[in-house]
Amino acid sequence: MTIGLVHYLAVAAILFTIGVLGIFVNRKNVIVILMSVELILLAVNINLVSFSVFLHDVVGQIYALIVLTVAAAEAAVGLAILVTFFRIRGDIAVDDASVMRG
Amino acid sequence: MVLQAITFYLLAATTIGAGLAVISARNPVHSVLFLIAAFFAAAGLFVLLGAEFLAMILVVVYVGAVAVLFLFVVMMLDVDFAALRQGFARYLPIGGLIAGLLTIEMVVVAVNVVSRGAAAKSLGPALPAGGVTNAEAIGRVLYTDYIYVFQAAGMVLLVAMIGAIVLTLKHRARVKRQDIAAQVMRTPATGMRIVTIKSGEGVDA
Repeated sequence: MTIGLVHYLAVAAILFTIGVLGIFVNRKNVIVILMSVELILLAVNINLVSFSVFLHDVVGQIYALIVLTVAAAEAAVGLAILVTFFRIRGDIAVDDASVMRG
Repeated sequence: MVLQAITFYLLAATTIGAGLAVISARNPVHSVLFLIAAFFAAAGLFVLLGAEFLAMILVVVYVGAVAVLFLFVVMMLDVDFAALRQGFARYLPIGGLIAGLLTIEMVVVAVNVVSRGAAAKSLGPALPAGGVTNAEAIGRVLYTDYIYVFQAAGMVLLVAMIGAIVLTLKHRARVKRQDIAAQVMRTPATGMRIVTIKSGEGVDA
């Protein structure tokens, strides 16, 4: 019944693949893709924190903090690009975004 | 110990279930709400691990900022989300296959890391040593050895903020804005005119 490191790693692995699956099945909906990326980064954070706790090294939590920062920045810039794209195209279907090719 | 196990399985199941709901919900607003649920459950897992500071930061940053940002954008954009869902069933088998393989691979790696790899010498979860709280332990490292990483994180946030503002700022042509230089340069000669008006006649514009 003891909960060990491998339990937390398994949760993180499942959450990571849920994020990857979300990108696969919602290929048109950018908002859900961005949310899937957030899920992936959350899985990475669970990995970092559980290793940090089980190896008695607090530095892992510092890096989890950095990943959190990058995730917040990524969400802000991604959604800003999305809003601009919506203003120009009136739609957010990503497969139309290939018209931006030069 | 049993209570800890029950709490872990409850939180883990909530995290994974909410994660699945995020990617399969029909309405993106529901997706965002399930994302918030997943973050809360993950914060609970962090508390269970003894990383209270990160748990609280997770709630503040993700639920307080990122999820609300998503909610704003989902509600602001007037999009037919049903049309965006086509292809969901088509990509589900191949995506599920790849996701299943990926999960199995990562769990195998995790088991090996724990039993034979770098984490094999793990002594179990760290206990708060000598009255040092989790936040204090992080602060002692973050503001000394990792000060440059900390400042780089601040720079990333600054660049993201400026980038988001620049991307979404829109100057409307018809909106009148305050021009402080023009206000300061105004003199009585340009701003004022003395007229004598005859009785019964108006003033011209």
